[in-house]
Amino acid sequence: MENGRSSSGKKDTSVCEIPSVAAGEIAAICKTHGNDKHRMLDILRDVQDRYRCISPSALNRIAEATGLTRIEVEGVASFYSFLSLTPRGRISIRLCDDIVDRYTGLEAVTSVFEEVLGIRVGETSPDGAFSLEYTPCIGMCDQAPAAMINDVVLTKLTVETARHFAKTLKSGQSPEDLISDRFASLTPHERATRMVDNNVRHAGDVLLGPVPEEAGLNHAIGMTPTQIFTAIEESGLRGCGGAGFTTGRKWRFAASERAEQRFVICNADEGEPGTFKDRVLLTERPQLIIEGMTIAARAIGASEGILYLRGEYVYLRELLEQALEERRRRGLLGENILGIRGFNFDVRLQLGAGAYICGEEGALISSCEGLPGEPKTRPPFPVNRGYLGFPTVVNNVETFCHAARILDRGARWFRDIGTEGSHGTKLFSICGDCLNPGIYELPYGHTVWEILERVGGEDAAAVQVGGPSGTMIARDSFHRKLTFDDLATGGAIIVFNGKRNILEIVEYYMSFFVHESCGYCTPCRVGNVFLQKAIRKFRKGLANPEDIEYLKDLSGTIIETSRCGLGMTSPNPVLTTLQNFPLVYAAVTKPNKDGIRDTFNIQSAIDGARKIAKRRSYIFDRDFTQ
Amino acid sequence: MSELPKARIATASLAGCFGCHMAILDIDERLIELMKLVDVDRSPLTDKKRFTQRCDIGIIEGGCCNEENVHVLHDFRRNCDVLIALGQCAIMGGLPAMRNAIMHSDAPLRECLDEAYITGRYIRNTTHNVPNDPALPLLLDEVYPCSQVVEIDYQIPGCAPGGDIIFDTLSRLLTGKFQGFEREMIRFD
Amino acid sequence: MSGTKKETGFSFTIDGVEVTAYAGQTIMEAADEAGVYIPRLCDHQGLRHQGSCRVCTVKAGGRSVAACTQPAAPGQAVENETKHLNKMRRDLVEMLFHEGNHLCPICEASGNCELQAMAYRLDMTETTRFPYLEPCRALDASHPDIALDTNRCISCGRCIRASQDVDGKGIFGYVGRGIHRRVAVNGENLADTDAEVSDHAISREVCPVGCIIRKRVGFVTPIGEREFDNGLIGHEIEEKRK
Repeated sequence: MENGRSSSGKKDTSVCEIPSVAAGEIAAICKTHGNDKHRMLDILRDVQDRYRCISPSALNRIAEATGLTRIEVEGVASFYSFLSLTPRGRISIRLCDDIVDRYTGLEAVTSVFEEVLGIRVGETSPDGAFSLEYTPCIGMCDQAPAAMINDVVLTKLTVETARHFAKTLKSGQSPEDLISDRFASLTPHERATRMVDNNVRHAGDVLLGPVPEEAGLNHAIGMTPTQIFTAIEESGLRGCGGAGFTTGRKWRFAASERAEQRFVICNADEGEPGTFKDRVLLTERPQLIIEGMTIAARAIGASEGILYLRGEYVYLRELLEQALEERRRRGLLGENILGIRGFNFDVRLQLGAGAYICGEEGALISSCEGLPGEPKTRPPFPVNRGYLGFPTVVNNVETFCHAARILDRGARWFRDIGTEGSHGTKLFSICGDCLNPGIYELPYGHTVWEILERVGGEDAAAVQVGGPSGTMIARDSFHRKLTFDDLATGGAIIVFNGKRNILEIVEYYMSFFVHESCGYCTPCRVGNVFLQKAIRKFRKGLANPEDIEYLKDLSGTIIETSRCGLGMTSPNPVLTTLQNFPLVYAAVTKPNKDGIRDTFNIQSAIDGARKIAKRRSYIFDRDFTQ
Repeated sequence: MSELPKARIATASLAGCFGCHMAILDIDERLIELMKLVDVDRSPLTDKKRFTQRCDIGIIEGGCCNEENVHVLHDFRRNCDVLIALGQCAIMGGLPAMRNAIMHSDAPLRECLDEAYITGRYIRNTTHNVPNDPALPLLLDEVYPCSQVVEIDYQIPGCAPGGDIIFDTLSRLLTGKFQGFEREMIRFD
Repeated sequence: MSGTKKETGFSFTIDGVEVTAYAGQTIMEAADEAGVYIPRLCDHQGLRHQGSCRVCTVKAGGRSVAACTQPAAPGQAVENETKHLNKMRRDLVEMLFHEGNHLCPICEASGNCELQAMAYRLDMTETTRFPYLEPCRALDASHPDIALDTNRCISCGRCIRASQDVDGKGIFGYVGRGIHRRVAVNGENLADTDAEVSDHAISREVCPVGCIIRKRVGFVTPIGEREFDNGLIGHEIEEKRK
């Protein structure tokens, strides 16, 4: 997004015509999802996959089938990045445009795709074969640059591999062929790990070490709900997605609300740039995740659960579907689980469609309900009135895994790991300028220095802890500890060496938030655009010294008046770098001379007119006769 | 009131319609009171084209749509202690700035001139040319509010501002009593 | 939103003024009844609360919350008319001015416009530091009686709720995300919908700005007699207390 202008710069001008036979096909798609408006995201994903776009006539058909108005369907279809109202290519190539990808050769890789396919980023080829676009972090920062080719993920791209892949695709082979010529015969787990390395660099005792099957669930069925809540509370477990709410209390709240139904939702929408820890759990510990959900369901009395998987992780869909199916077969999901009469619980997989905001609990619930991913008004909180208005527990992937392990090994065992106030281990996803990027399961309480030694990032000049919504620190803060009370993080740690331009990083992160703001509330929708533009002024050397105060002031308004966590943290890249790297800003400002703004550039302002008039300025050009 | 040394003021109209200058005359009989407080230096009202000496207050109508506007505005900033943006055009570009919003093409200025002089529906221009006399100042790429070109100390809103708010603001500024506008006086139209 | 009035109320304070509220009432609902005005744009009498413009941000229990959606709590001390909060509100109103094309001098809503009136009330008269985004969306003049200029839309969504809940039509809705989020109509254009000029959603009171335009009635009210020519926005609520 270059600016806040509404013309989105879409270059597609071709009309997406659906053959008349499609009316029945769209009706059939809707029918497979029960013509249920709450399954709108599934319906739209299917229509998108089949027709490469959601055309106006498709909007009408879907509205008819689900009993909504066309504008309501359009509202959903136009919200998610992976859905499109204009045609995309049969093969959709999404290059991951994270700052880490930019620093590992994205530009060169992009050029290769553009050259081989003959289209620019943002375009679809005239024959409808390919579309090429950028997408924010797809959770592969430890193996950047990465790309999604339809449902296939490519990692560690180089100019050579990119050229090979692009040519192979152009020759008519399928994206799956890029992974293996016997792709069809691979298991889902083999497929996933061929595409993406786990990069587990250090396995801790809780999650990535040996985990006995169903040990937590077996304990849980012998416990009362209150005993389960107490165990989780006493363990000190706090939410691992970033916000850090006490998990036991959340469960207890949901259980204490009087309701006919309750829900358990697993938040596998990790979208914070630089975060990829859940990717590894989803790949290697799917049974443990669902076990944790089942325990939560047992404790709060839920019979339905949803695993919300971010659209970028679509390559893990069949692996997870297989895990769910296996549990149903083994009597670990479905009716009378483990033979206990009335212990009924099943989980459906809900795939997202490209929206960071859906990691926010309320937005995630909206998305599960088939709505645009907009956060909900609080109160009521999800534990009181969540999915479809019923009490709902939403926890992160890692949190559910921890819960299952706590019930197996006991609250005390977990509590004794880590520090006071930050108990247990944490998965850290570490990337950027270091020798060993990947996943580290470590107890809370390590200093940043200790982490950097471990990952081979000792020459770091800046570390982004917790992703863009977290904190950017300089070397003088590397003694600080990774705990909830000092440097809190949902897991992301991004290392930058001294060659990186801090303002470039900040501008990138602001453009990310501008792209991902849902637009519901004024400060986040508009304020972040202003912040991004202000940072651009700094980068161009067009800022006044007063603009530093302006950045702080505007950030303050956005944080204080925004409706959800996105706006409450989106100015953090600006604020934390202003605090920890003040010289970066001060060095590029220009004071006004005699009250005249040096930042207004008369030469560039008259350049267009000079060319049209074919003469020079008699005021501002010294030799205007030329 | 009249015992104070007289202040010097200057005024200019940039990309505006001269309505704000007309509005200064809307002060009516209070002009006499005001003239006891000030001498008018460079201004279309006095027809003085240059500053004769440094001024206490400069009043600017209109934003910047061409290089000459920028030049005049720079001159005012250098020669006045306090600079006031008078009216919506000076404050935010006003009607001339409408061209900013319609200029999102690759050759915005060219399209704007073509529509204004050649292709527009109601244009009767038998030469079919865009005027290009060497004496014409070059247009800027977009229309800028004054505050983007120089530092502005005060703004008096309105299109045009009423005589009351102009008189009230000037007389209070001149006597050092200005603390902001009466809310009931604020108008953007 | 408000509960049955038979329940006994409880009291809390807004800027030191004691206000009575009933279970389920929001801070704004209770304030309105008590004659305390809290600035707002997206909220409108008779429509669901949305809490999106954030102009009604108040401080309650030490936190900044939207008064239109936040339930009143017994004994709470709410801050409303403070310098700090009004500064935030002014920033928000200014953001809305800069997000769209708000040229008051040529807008037929001028004088009846709540955005403009809010700017007056919040003293939006200082030199701006915000850039202008200058959108360029096509005008929808397809309907015989109604036109739509979304360059003036402030995304308050009042028309959406009025059409859905009052008219039972659902003519309007949001599309897009982030800065591209905007109000659109249920069809190719306005003429393609069943919108009528008599709809509540189309009435002058629902659209706070000049986005929904009723044709042939612009500028009929002379300057001096328009809604906000003789009184700040909110004065009718504040007068209840006098």
